[in-house]
Amino acid sequence: MNKARRNPLNTAAAHLILLTYTVIALFPVFVILINSFKTRKAIFREPLALPSAETFSTIGYETVFKQGDFFLYFQNSMIVTVCSLFFILLFGAMAAFALAEYRFRGNTLMGLYLALGIMIPIRIGTVAILEMMVATGLVNTLLALILVYTAQGLPLAVFILSEFMKQVSDDLKNAGRIDGLSEYTIFFRLVLPLVRPAMATVAVFNMIPIWNDLWFPLILAPAEATKTLTLGSQVFIGQFVTDWNAVLSALSMAILPVLILYVIFSRQLIRGITSGAVK
Amino acid sequence: MSDRLRPRWHILVFLAPAVLVYTAVMIFPLFNTLRLSLFTEVEQERVFVGLQNFRTLFGDAIWSEQFWNALGNNFWFFFIHMVVQNPIGVILAAILSHPRLRFAHLYRSAIFIPTILSFVIVGFAWKLILSPIWGIAPSLLDAVGLKSLFAPWLGKEEYALTTLALISVWQFVGIPMMLIYAALLSIPEEILEAGECDGITGMSAFWKIKLPLILPSIGIISILTFVGNFNAFDLIYAAQGALAGPDFSTDILGTFLYRTFFGFQLQLGDPHMGSAIATAMFVIILIGVCIYLFGIQTRLRRYQF
Repeated sequence: MNKARRNPLNTAAAHLILLTYTVIALFPVFVILINSFKTRKAIFREPLALPSAETFSTIGYETVFKQGDFFLYFQNSMIVTVCSLFFILLFGAMAAFALAEYRFRGNTLMGLYLALGIMIPIRIGTVAILEMMVATGLVNTLLALILVYTAQGLPLAVFILSEFMKQVSDDLKNAGRIDGLSEYTIFFRLVLPLVRPAMATVAVFNMIPIWNDLWFPLILAPAEATKTLTLGSQVFIGQFVTDWNAVLSALSMAILPVLILYVIFSRQLIRGITSGAVK
Repeated sequence: MSDRLRPRWHILVFLAPAVLVYTAVMIFPLFNTLRLSLFTEVEQERVFVGLQNFRTLFGDAIWSEQFWNALGNNFWFFFIHMVVQNPIGVILAAILSHPRLRFAHLYRSAIFIPTILSFVIVGFAWKLILSPIWGIAPSLLDAVGLKSLFAPWLGKEEYALTTLALISVWQFVGIPMMLIYAALLSIPEEILEAGECDGITGMSAFWKIKLPLILPSIGIISILTFVGNFNAFDLIYAAQGALAGPDFSTDILGTFLYRTFFGFQLQLGDPHMGSAIATAMFVIILIGVCIYLFGIQTRLRRYQF
């Protein structure tokens, strides 16, 4: 590396800009988290101070646990997210394999048909989706959400996975065929393990929007028993607007699971984005 | 060759689940929504009325005023994203992509955190911070001597939409940052070194070499932002409610669709007018995507390294 692009002044300026922006990015989250552990008085008197021995209080969390069924909401969000990801990955990988591996009439057309959904948001069809869910009795079930998110995630999953499946060596698959393996065994035993990194990328991409979605839970499954964490906290906060302790605690409880997931998967997510999976 | 003659059922088995779910839950409802916009309900019967709903939407004073208001707001929302989010994203990515910058991965992960939060969290968190009752924003402005600038931004008609757009930019700046960062990393060192031999360094290297090379990424980000903005809903709903207050000044197509479809206060929900608005959104997004695919993407030169 040569000196022309490096000098201490630039480096300091670079750190200063990045640090400033990092503070802007994290400040709101930080303020919410620290204030959720303070008494009501302290929240207003010194909003930026850390909770101390005198100002520490978990009254907000107590209200949240008493009033809102956050464990149920969390469980619902978990079920919806995990099931949707499972189906996106399974069905997406199967379709991607068919498109990448076999030459058949209509292959390109099928690829284009599945790619349509990358650009067109599924929300446009909400009126008819709700009507269909009412007709099939799926309203206020988690299955309705799982179906919608699976359909929403499939186009990009097929697109990304088929790019990766094309890179799997033909020799390997042909060796399997000579050994008498069925096409299904080749797919599940030989190809799937090889595209695992791509599957992880797809999973991480889909996880956040599904977990955070408010629109479909609000429309398809607003019942108490099927509320997701996002909808549950929205409704809860709406009811407790004036109870600042409860609102701040509810916000913190909604932030924490995502933050934990992010810490676990951030490397995967960032590698996924920067590896150009979405070019 | 024998492959051709045997029916290859496994292809069907591999394709069927994805195609079925996608068709049944996405494509079919999409077209069904377009179809429903041509109907209306008279005495609990669905009647075909042709383009009547669209005539109401664009011709009836009450409806058209709301529609153009929402559309105009939506364009302003998008405009703020384009002029604020993309430049910040490019600047951050350009700094991060400096070789041998220490703590780069820490900055990167931290700046991306808002992107993973839900709109509900973001909307309420900012609502609290900007609230005049709590006083965080005024006291922060006071600290830098700008207290006179403070206003209850989310409550004022003239600022509310811009404030929400900036909150949304705050949340999503991580995405352009990451994508452009990836594009910058893929520029081969030889090209930059060749530029240096010709005396192009520092800022001029950025403007003359790197920026043209990352234009395709900026194009992709722009179309993603466009599609995202024109079906946005959650942030406005979480921060301002379905009425998109104050006085509809933050109403965008997503909230307008929601109110029409489900009704609010005294107005009853109308799925057919809702479909008409959804159809309008579909057309707008389609036009945007077509402009990108045929007008912009084909003109951007892509370089293969």
